[in-house]
Amino acid sequence: MNEHTVKKFDEELTALKTKIAQMGGLAEEQLARSIDALISHDVDTADQIIMTDDKIDALELEIEEKAILTIAKRQPMALDLREIMVSIRIASDLERIGDLAKNIAKRIHAIEQEHPRRIMTGLARMGRLALAQLKEVLDAYAQRDEAKALAVWRGDEEIDALYNSIFRELLTYMMEDPRNIGVCTHLLFGAKNIERIGDHATNIAENIYYLAHGKPLKDERPKKDTTSTTPVTTFGA
Amino acid sequence: MDASNTTVIAPSTPSIIAERVIKISARNVDVFYGAKQAIHDLSIDIPDRAVSAFIGPSGCGKSTFLRVINRMNDTIPSARVTGTIEIDGENIYDKRLDPVLLRARVGMVFQKPNPFPKSIYENVAYGPRIHGLAGSREELDEIVFSSLRRAGLFDEVKDRLAAPGTSLSGGQQQRLCIARAIAVNPEVILMDEPCSALDPIATARIEELIDELKQNFCIVIVTHSMQQAARVSQLTAFFHLGFLVETGDTDEIFTNPKDKRTQDYITGRFG
Repeated sequence: MNEHTVKKFDEELTALKTKIAQMGGLAEEQLARSIDALISHDVDTADQIIMTDDKIDALELEIEEKAILTIAKRQPMALDLREIMVSIRIASDLERIGDLAKNIAKRIHAIEQEHPRRIMTGLARMGRLALAQLKEVLDAYAQRDEAKALAVWRGDEEIDALYNSIFRELLTYMMEDPRNIGVCTHLLFGAKNIERIGDHATNIAENIYYLAHGKPLKDERPKKDTTSTTPVTTFGA
Repeated sequence: MDASNTTVIAPSTPSIIAERVIKISARNVDVFYGAKQAIHDLSIDIPDRAVSAFIGPSGCGKSTFLRVINRMNDTIPSARVTGTIEIDGENIYDKRLDPVLLRARVGMVFQKPNPFPKSIYENVAYGPRIHGLAGSREELDEIVFSSLRRAGLFDEVKDRLAAPGTSLSGGQQQRLCIARAIAVNPEVILMDEPCSALDPIATARIEELIDELKQNFCIVIVTHSMQQAARVSQLTAFFHLGFLVETGDTDEIFTNPKDKRTQDYITGRFG
């Protein structure tokens, strides 16, 4: 793409992209640390994560302000307008991802330390997968790589499938031993948070598609999260 | 992105063309000023009861083409037009067609308001009078008043219709020129940058007026303001170096243009 006749406009768009990259990096880090802290029951890291979330919130506000100011000053059209709208939407997805990571961190305090290690493994895998998805989609945004974005969009299926199996697994642990109910409930919410993070990554992927084509991605994404319609009695002992 | 470059864009009919009757139809139009070719092989359909905007950098041929539509170029000896331009299926360059009658059907509003050095009333009455549209003073009054009303000017001037047209403000003068244009009951109104000499409030009033007039007229507007084209028109045509590059629904052109040159122009990237 050629440069704008008004150089300042290019600088403003670049600044928006840079801020999104910064915010994305921070969201990634928060997610990675929250999963690690959950598995290792690291309360100190959890506190740090909770405090760092303010930074993500502040970045979202900053991106929004920059975007609004650019619209007011430049009256952007076509690709430029999409660029700015998409940056606002991605910032909002990243802010939600930050909140969900913070929510995982908060739960660490509520979980008692003594519980079988094995009940964490599924969640750890799901977390790594969501983290990889987030990293990929942020790369796709930075590189304007639509194919990569579509791969992320399709890849969410795997997170959903894993979420279903964790849901069943945790129910089984709860039925096995009622002392597991406390920890497993928190882990269920944690898994739900990670599943939501995957959805936000697909939102970002959809925005990258919109940025390139000027129209929304129409395909129906395969939905594999069936937990909301699964009767608990299915897992009866 | 790579994928968008490989996508083949099928030429599609703008939806506004499909929804309306085609009022003006140009095919393979070339315009020359002496040896210099100002317009190359231009074909376009312009819908009735809608606003079509021509945009493009200076010297792109948009004003030239606008003037072709009511044969204003006839007055320039070196100008030569080939190809066909039809209004309601009738070739306007037919030798038997009287250009004066054509211009009664195709009104024009210019960049700078140019009222006649006559009273406000006479500015509007002049056209209907020379075309014999009114049989009596009462009928002429009716035409003048209703034209001023439709141009949104009547309330501001009703107490001073005998005052010179030039005594009005710039925005009022432009609305007077629009009243003058619609007084002869034209079918098409051509506007060549009608707001470029006006302040934002006067501009907003003209845009509001254009929006109302499109219920009854085929309006073609040349504008340098992309925002104005986006606001008032339903069809946008982008001209560059004498070629019509892209025509499409306005909503589509300003959010998702197909041609890179259009994208570069509307986003302010032309060097």
